[in-house]
Amino acid sequence: MDLYNIVFRPETYSPLVQVIIILAKALVVVGVLMLHVTYATYFERKSIGHMQVRLGPMRVGPHGLLQPIADFIKLFFKEDIIPAAADKPIFFIAPAISIFAGMTAISVIPFFSGFVVANINIGLLFIFAMSSLNAYGVVLAGWASNSKYSFLGGLRSSAQVISYEIAMGLSLVGVMMMAGSLNLSEIVQAQQRFPGGFFWPQALGFFVFLVAAFAETNRTPFDLPEAESELVAGYFTEYSGMRFALFYVAEYIGMIVMSLVGITCFLGGWNGPFAIPYIPFAWLFIKLYVFIFLFYWVRATVPRYRYDQLMALGWKLLIPLALLNIIGTGLVKILFRG
Amino acid sequence: MNPYLFGYLGAAILLLSGLSLTRKNPVHAVLYMIVMFFHLAVLYLGLGAEFLAAVQIIVYAGAILVLFLFVIMVLNIKEEMEGERFSVGWPFGISIAAGLFLLVVLITGNIVPGRQGAYTPGVIAAQTNTKLVGTLLYTQYILPFEIASLILLVAVVGAIVLAKKKLR
Repeated sequence: MDLYNIVFRPETYSPLVQVIIILAKALVVVGVLMLHVTYATYFERKSIGHMQVRLGPMRVGPHGLLQPIADFIKLFFKEDIIPAAADKPIFFIAPAISIFAGMTAISVIPFFSGFVVANINIGLLFIFAMSSLNAYGVVLAGWASNSKYSFLGGLRSSAQVISYEIAMGLSLVGVMMMAGSLNLSEIVQAQQRFPGGFFWPQALGFFVFLVAAFAETNRTPFDLPEAESELVAGYFTEYSGMRFALFYVAEYIGMIVMSLVGITCFLGGWNGPFAIPYIPFAWLFIKLYVFIFLFYWVRATVPRYRYDQLMALGWKLLIPLALLNIIGTGLVKILFRG
Repeated sequence: MNPYLFGYLGAAILLLSGLSLTRKNPVHAVLYMIVMFFHLAVLYLGLGAEFLAAVQIIVYAGAILVLFLFVIMVLNIKEEMEGERFSVGWPFGISIAAGLFLLVVLITGNIVPGRQGAYTPGVIAAQTNTKLVGTLLYTQYILPFEIASLILLVAVVGAIVLAKKKLR
């Protein structure tokens, strides 16, 4: 079947056609991603609204369904204000770095068996590389704005992201050891032998990953880089209009990437308890919505950490726990596999 | 590796290193260095060393240079930009570098390619670069690896001693 070959086995075609196939796949993924980002904002406002006994957006369209589109049009036509003392080239590229780092990371995530934009052997390392780049957008935005609030937000973010990146990397080492691969498709396939994926055998690793994912995406309870009561809006205080929207989108893309990584590494990826006919990616998206809801749920429930508490949690609790998990996984692997 | 790609990467790395050396603003210098590291990572990718490429970005671009930026951002940039970019002895330094470069150019004609080892691109592709690096590091090269980790440990202890104000 021609379509089957185009989607799942592009390597059977000539290099030029391969490039076109990959570009088409990337376009599909980016389109779906942007649609999800748009409605993730609506989902967040609605769910947090109901948790706080409000209705959330109600005015634009039935139950406020068209609110994200109205927001987008508003931000698009808003005046773009650039501070006079800003470092302009860096001020311009900072939001682009954030958004592209997030989008590039999606390219190695398998959406269902065989469908991945770039099936590379070092998929997991690639995601680490891209998520570490994400920090540059925030740090540079904070510095280039030439404002003390932005600057403090940028400094906080750089220290926080570096600290939690270590914990996150170590938490996924257990997964790498159990799967014996860094390729995300192979990691998903390795989880088929376990009911519930690597969630139970790697419960400790999953806990560390989850906390680190909240810190990496600058979400509550670790949203200190944009703590509004102290820093106005943190690193993007001086941004307005479309550039502000880019940061906003980058934050949601970051959340989606982290959710997808968690799902592929711990929750069995595209596999579910039973097969849903005709929609091979159904389970992945169901898990994605639950995971994203978790981000909102935590935001509506938990107050913000203090900065020294944040650092202590990262270095004194999460990193030792992740190391313990690695030793445990290694021991179990030696004892039970000969 | 495609010779045109190699040519582009080489030229870009040279240009970006030069830019990073001559910028007056230290933040811009670090940014050019990051772009340079990315080109270096692509160079590793082209040579089949995908693990090295990923680690290059994670460790250098993702961690070390963020810390660089962290320190530089706290400096007073205006003061930094007024001072001279190079110290007094730069003509001396550049003549030594030029001499070394000349030496390398003279030698390149006499380079003899070594015998082909056990790890050909085919073997690496079949076993994946990551697995091979791991296996070799923990078997054949375990002693140099342990020595390197010891050196790093000394550096860590040194950093803690310097950072702690009061030693008991």
